[in-house]
Amino acid sequence: MSRTTSKSAMYFRMLRRAAILRKGQAAAALAAVIVAGAAGTAMLNLYVDVQTKLRREFRKFGANIVAQAKSGENFPPATLQRISTELGDHGLAVPFSYAVARTDKDQSVVVVGTDFNSVRQLDPWWSVSAWPKRAGEALVGARAARIINHNGQPFTLSVQERALRFSEAGTVQTGAGEDSRVYISQSDFHEWTGMNPSVIEIAASGSPADVSATIENLKLALPDADVTAVRQVTEAEANLLGKTRSTLLWSSALIVCIAALCVLATLMGWVFDRRRDFAIMKALGASDRLIALFVAGEAAIMGFAGALVGFAAGIGIADWIGHANFQSSVAVRFSVLPAIIISCLTVTLLATLLPLRLLRAIQPAMILRGE
Amino acid sequence: MFVRLVYESFRRQTRRKLLVAIAVTLGATVSTAMIGIATGIGDKISHELRSYGANLVVTPDEDNLDVQIGSVDLKPASTAYLEESSLTKIKGIFWRNNIVAFAPELQVNTTVGGEPVTLLGTYFAKQLHFGKEDFTTGARTAFPWWKVIGVWPADDSSDILVGERLAAKLGFNAGSQVTINGKQHRVSGVLSTGAAEDDQIVAPLALTQEISGTTGVVRKIFVSAVTKPEDAFARRNPDSLSPADRDRWYCSPYPQSIAYQLQEVIPHSRADQIRQVAQNEGNVLSRIKGIILLITLAALFTSGLAVSAAMATAMFERRTEVGLMKALGAGYFPLSMIFVTESVLLACGGGLVGFVFGALLARELGRAIFGSQIIVEPVLLPVILGIAVAVTFAGSAFAIRRAVKYDPVLALRGEA
Repeated sequence: MSRTTSKSAMYFRMLRRAAILRKGQAAAALAAVIVAGAAGTAMLNLYVDVQTKLRREFRKFGANIVAQAKSGENFPPATLQRISTELGDHGLAVPFSYAVARTDKDQSVVVVGTDFNSVRQLDPWWSVSAWPKRAGEALVGARAARIINHNGQPFTLSVQERALRFSEAGTVQTGAGEDSRVYISQSDFHEWTGMNPSVIEIAASGSPADVSATIENLKLALPDADVTAVRQVTEAEANLLGKTRSTLLWSSALIVCIAALCVLATLMGWVFDRRRDFAIMKALGASDRLIALFVAGEAAIMGFAGALVGFAAGIGIADWIGHANFQSSVAVRFSVLPAIIISCLTVTLLATLLPLRLLRAIQPAMILRGE
Repeated sequence: MFVRLVYESFRRQTRRKLLVAIAVTLGATVSTAMIGIATGIGDKISHELRSYGANLVVTPDEDNLDVQIGSVDLKPASTAYLEESSLTKIKGIFWRNNIVAFAPELQVNTTVGGEPVTLLGTYFAKQLHFGKEDFTTGARTAFPWWKVIGVWPADDSSDILVGERLAAKLGFNAGSQVTINGKQHRVSGVLSTGAAEDDQIVAPLALTQEISGTTGVVRKIFVSAVTKPEDAFARRNPDSLSPADRDRWYCSPYPQSIAYQLQEVIPHSRADQIRQVAQNEGNVLSRIKGIILLITLAALFTSGLAVSAAMATAMFERRTEVGLMKALGAGYFPLSMIFVTESVLLACGGGLVGFVFGALLARELGRAIFGSQIIVEPVLLPVILGIAVAVTFAGSAFAIRRAVKYDPVLALRGEA
């Protein structure tokens, strides 16, 4: 019993003294492991998180799903509520109602009723001079403004002989159909024409699979509507995201490889450098197994400590990159930690036991003579 | 003597030198590949962003309002048109090489089987030539998300495509015959776009002009161009700029300046950016470029560390050698010079080989990911060599200094 304790005490004493006496080299080796651990953690975290972050950027392209009432009909008022419940907090649904109105100069213009607060979130690319805030205010498309041409004065529009006066809150410019229309609030629109929304545009978040699932759910929930993916948006997003992911994956792989190389180079040098110590240990009667155990112990401690510190540093780096590029934090993924620890241990053990095998073939006397 | 020392050091310590050389080579490979990716990614992503389709639209200057709800055009026949003959001039503007595709559009209201239907005329893959240049353009490249079940009609045929919702409603499929204006037309395919075209009939432009009784005109031109994200300078009015600034504005591929140039070549036109595409693609592009740039910095830093570490280890092993030279009377400076020369030679050799490997790696990655090569400019070579020399030097400097400072007696007895 006491023999075993003194043996293990000796073992730990050797580990401790080795670290203290050659602290410069031990620190260099540990630093290499930390760099590798940090690089691995940062890359794994970023790789997973960048997709979520980029998807959020892609949602700025607007709706990826459109629900249309069967031609010539409107949605009952409860539909929007149903879609919103179906989406939960994974998306945004915005109603649009359309009618053709006539100006007092007898020109046709499309009037759209919508929810301005939601449109602002859905279509952030709209260039709007001022959003309407009160009832009776309208957002006039840039082209429509030139035709209606009231220099910001109130104007009259009529739908089915019912005339209504609107004041222009601001103009909207998009370069697309919106420029030719006049936007008013849904409540004004309903009061005026008695019509409900006929189109609901939906920005659903998540992966392509999530979006397809949302489409299927909506189709089931709204049997009287046409629910389709906006292919322009969904396909381009899938294409871009796929290519960015591959680029990131390859770049990360390169970085992790070079970091592992850094560990290999440092630790191999470290072991070769101490061949004299091992020769003395062997000359004093240590078995090859004991020396291997000693070195493996060192490598394991170094790998473990390096992985822990590297993990913390890597999280810091990933978070910094997240802030620098996306202005938001990168979520800490502790699920990455075991992978980092295991790979750090593998690399350190490999980097130390491999040169040790080479040294084992050599007689201690030769090493001690400096040959 | 100096040259001999360095030469013999390389000849006799091949294994040790090889290890360091491999480290430098790998470091340079990764750095070159990453710098190549970082410099090429903007260009590649810009082209991939074209999968969002057109980002510019050209309309007649004196336009009346579009009165269109969904797929139905409610307006009486428009009188403002653009000339079809001016379309090829788009390939004559300053940024012609940035124009990936363009597609004209002409809408006609007609009836099919008693139903009012909008007929949309466009190019599918039209052969055009401007000057000596031949090119093919149309909806297939301008709107890459358009999918056809069946075959695309030829631009000079009288075949048509039917949108999928309309086809389902009227019971058409590829091969059906449709009567428009008393003439039979073959449906060559069913078109799916996820937008208004699903309820329309899409036909070659020439056929649409014939049906509408107009010749040589279009309503709109959609242009898909590779652009630079707009900044404050891009939003300036070109007419208010000084001549030098105006040239700089004109010669930058901003959406605004390309729109301006389109307006110049197409008479009585007005070109606008489609903000949904144009505004957001700049945003996405800068995010992706940003993340790759930051990762490149991380790669440079890590490979620098790896090379330094390998160099430091190699140096440290040679302290007996240093002790011997010092015992024979070598001074601090000549000793350091030997090691510095060795590092520089290793760095240049490894850097050169690494550059070649890195360029190949970047090219293959570009081909695998984007289907087109990423070309690493030879201009990068001195930069990579410079970095390699600096990094190996930094890695060895500390070790050299320590080695040179050893007491030769201790070093030779192996006690240092």
